[in-house]
Amino acid sequence: MKHAKTATQNACKLCNPLGACLAFRGIEKCVPFLHGSQGCATYIRRYLISHYKEPIDIASSNFNEETAVFGGSHNLQLGLKNVTQQYKPEVIGLATTCLSETIGDDVPMILREYKKAFRNGSPMPVMIHASTPSYQGSHIDGFHAAVRATVATLAVKGAERQHTVNIFPNMISPADIRYIKEILEAFRLPNMLLPDYSKTLDGGPWGEYHRIPPGGTPASTIASAGSASASIEFGATLEAPKSAAGYLESAFGVTRHHMGLPIGVKASDRFFALVEELSGQPVPEKYEDERRRLIDAYADGHKYIFEKRAIVYGEEDLVIAMTAFLLEIGITPVLCASGGKSGLLKKKIRELVPDLDEGEIKIRDGVDFVDIEDEAKVLKPDFLIGNSKGYTMSRKNNIPLLRIGFPIHDRFGGQRLHHLGYRGTQELFDRIVNMVIEERQNASSIGYTYM
Amino acid sequence: MQNSRLCREGSPELELLIEKGVGIMKEEIGILEGRQGQVFEKKSGEAEQLDISCEKTSLSGSVSQRACVFCGSRVVLYPVADALHLVHGPIGCAAYTWDIRGAVSSGPELHRLSFSTDLGEMDVIYGGEKKLYLSLIELIDKYKPKAAFIYSTCIIGLIGDDIDAVCKKVSKETGIPVLPVHSEGFKGTKKDGYKAACTSLMKLVGTGSIEGISPYSINILGEFNLAGEAWIIREYYEKMGIEVVSTMTGDGRVDAVRRAHGATLNVVQCSGSMTTLAKDMEEKYGIPYMRVSYFGIEDMSKSLYDVAKHFSDRPDIMDAAKEIVSKEVAKLYPELQKFKKVLAGKKAAIYVGGAFKTFSLIKALRSIGMSVVLAGSQTGNKDDYERLREMCDEGTIIVDDSNPVELSKFVLEKEADLLIGGVKERPIAYKLGIGFCDHNHERKIPLAGFIGMYNFAKEVYQSVMSPVWQFAPRKGGKI
Repeated sequence: MKHAKTATQNACKLCNPLGACLAFRGIEKCVPFLHGSQGCATYIRRYLISHYKEPIDIASSNFNEETAVFGGSHNLQLGLKNVTQQYKPEVIGLATTCLSETIGDDVPMILREYKKAFRNGSPMPVMIHASTPSYQGSHIDGFHAAVRATVATLAVKGAERQHTVNIFPNMISPADIRYIKEILEAFRLPNMLLPDYSKTLDGGPWGEYHRIPPGGTPASTIASAGSASASIEFGATLEAPKSAAGYLESAFGVTRHHMGLPIGVKASDRFFALVEELSGQPVPEKYEDERRRLIDAYADGHKYIFEKRAIVYGEEDLVIAMTAFLLEIGITPVLCASGGKSGLLKKKIRELVPDLDEGEIKIRDGVDFVDIEDEAKVLKPDFLIGNSKGYTMSRKNNIPLLRIGFPIHDRFGGQRLHHLGYRGTQELFDRIVNMVIEERQNASSIGYTYM
Repeated sequence: MQNSRLCREGSPELELLIEKGVGIMKEEIGILEGRQGQVFEKKSGEAEQLDISCEKTSLSGSVSQRACVFCGSRVVLYPVADALHLVHGPIGCAAYTWDIRGAVSSGPELHRLSFSTDLGEMDVIYGGEKKLYLSLIELIDKYKPKAAFIYSTCIIGLIGDDIDAVCKKVSKETGIPVLPVHSEGFKGTKKDGYKAACTSLMKLVGTGSIEGISPYSINILGEFNLAGEAWIIREYYEKMGIEVVSTMTGDGRVDAVRRAHGATLNVVQCSGSMTTLAKDMEEKYGIPYMRVSYFGIEDMSKSLYDVAKHFSDRPDIMDAAKEIVSKEVAKLYPELQKFKKVLAGKKAAIYVGGAFKTFSLIKALRSIGMSVVLAGSQTGNKDDYERLREMCDEGTIIVDDSNPVELSKFVLEKEADLLIGGVKERPIAYKLGIGFCDHNHERKIPLAGFIGMYNFAKEVYQSVMSPVWQFAPRKGGKI
């Protein structure tokens, strides 16, 4: 098959600043702010709103021609002043764009100037600056850059180590975030989870307009991250020099426990074992029960799915975790594909699945949906697993699609889907089995009422 | 729970709840300095001209609902279904506009795919011309488009790519029109993007044969065929005996655009985006144009009558228009009365892209008994806002280039029951417990034409009258 292509056709990735905006939405009283054209903020808002169904205000420095020629300092400072006045934030999460990076704006210097100029005004929000040029990496890189910049700006070395953990769970759903927090609470392990957009992007009704939605990790809690006893960080391809836990380890000696997203029994066991170790508490009975139900469900459902062939795509870390899970339940991921390009996709899958049969399982990074579709035509999978952007090829080639991750623009409740731990795995397993059953039922001329 | 049952609009119970501070704004939200000239409230006895400030770039840090120059170009040209649309720049701009509009096609669907040169760091340093050239050759070879539109994004001008030269070269090699669209995001507002799109279209117009085109012919401009709306409109005109040469940017085809100069009249909806093209065609080809709107009974009927009047030497066209209107209205009117009965007295807020649409929406809402408490647009001009002031009731807020904080403040203060807007306005309405109607790119049900008025009334009814709002804090529900 011809792989060399120049143009990207139906991209299987988004741009760097989107990830940063999402991460900043998980800090309490924080307004995400993009230093670039008005369109970047508006497009990203629209894209996020269509998935989360929540208001997402992202400010913009709104470049014009003069700004592009003479630099963005004036616009950025005016924007910061206006956002501070209108939103009264405690934190402003500032991310750059291709435009401001290309003209070479020195953002830290502009921020210093701004702080000097407005020093005597009302209390100034904390400014976090993440460098996120759209011509580098993809949305997931912007996400991690923002999380790392946040702890680098806010975390301080405490007087003494506290019995707390930091948890950096990667780009997961609000439902997953709630579940991880619930687990840590059940282990009575005080924690700082970042970013926590479980409420800001999946919250209740409002009686008045909130400039900034309630919820998020408080800046004061993030400050204590430097004195935590350990950090847990999900994401197989996330390397220490780019990660928040990596920063805390090198700056404050906070031990970094790094693992893939806990999807599947084996990966979830590793996560629970780690939390058991860090908390000194045994796994609470309710999670043992969750695990028992999951193992029982694996048995009940195994025959429907054994040796089914799937294509899984999305962010690299999600693909890696899903690949291990699918193999654990007897599904062959005939193609594991990502638009991301860390260079680690193959290596990390091999680490998780040492006996990987590369004749059966193809791994490709840096692909777009046309590449995936071309592969699908040859591989003829039973189904696709990934975000809703695979719908175009799913429909065209008549291959069922199981929607997971982000974005889910054509179904309801994407923000409430679980993926992680025993509970998330159970939900994924049930959905996969049901998809297969539904296909079989629909395809049968008899119309079985028991499947 | 008890509160919600007690609460009826304007009831003493509600007054009491409001006094107690339930469900109302607790904090004064101000309008930013630098935006005060863009907000206006119509008051009694004010005869003077409205001096609203508009047509300027958005204020930095104000969270405008607008997009950028690129967006303006992309939305206008997007529905040209047999053209290749290649976005030259880093991946974001193409990714966020992939299959973004409900602009449907009766044939080819090349416009629904997303193509990008996906520039990386090295391209930014060394220039993206080569990548653009290779991408174009590769994509034209694979998809065989009738033409290609190449959109410049923000950094293209900065890194010095000469996209005009590349387009020229590729056009020569492939034999199809390859048209640069100068839509660098920061070079103005969305309106400048419309102009850039019109400039590109104008290069296509006049390159096809106009043989056999009837003297009673029109082009439909600024109708994007969302949910098949252009088909509805086209059918009305065709029933009147008028030839529709091109629908331009709704179920658009390159060949139809090329022969658009053969029409004898341009009928322009969404004037903000397409007036430039209409004016250029008038200047170059002497084709007059008229502004129309297909929303609501009144404006829809007028759109047919005005075109019929233009062809006054053919009274049969006017007769046919009258017949369509009377037939459609006879069918529609009783249906609308059902909605009007329950919607009478409800209040709506409108915040849409173009101001011209707000005029039609105000009339359409009035025809189902609803009043308008807020009317605003992203891109209106002084004349638009003056006309809005004339149309609106006292107390109506008129606003240019607004933002979520302002919109929320006004819908709550004015106790709107409905917000009409697009994707970015929807969560504001729902969070505050207010009905919503999507009058933007994403709609799946046609809202234009007579049938569109029925659909509009039905959608408004279904959202405003839903029982779910009883649990909303503004109706006394628990927070």
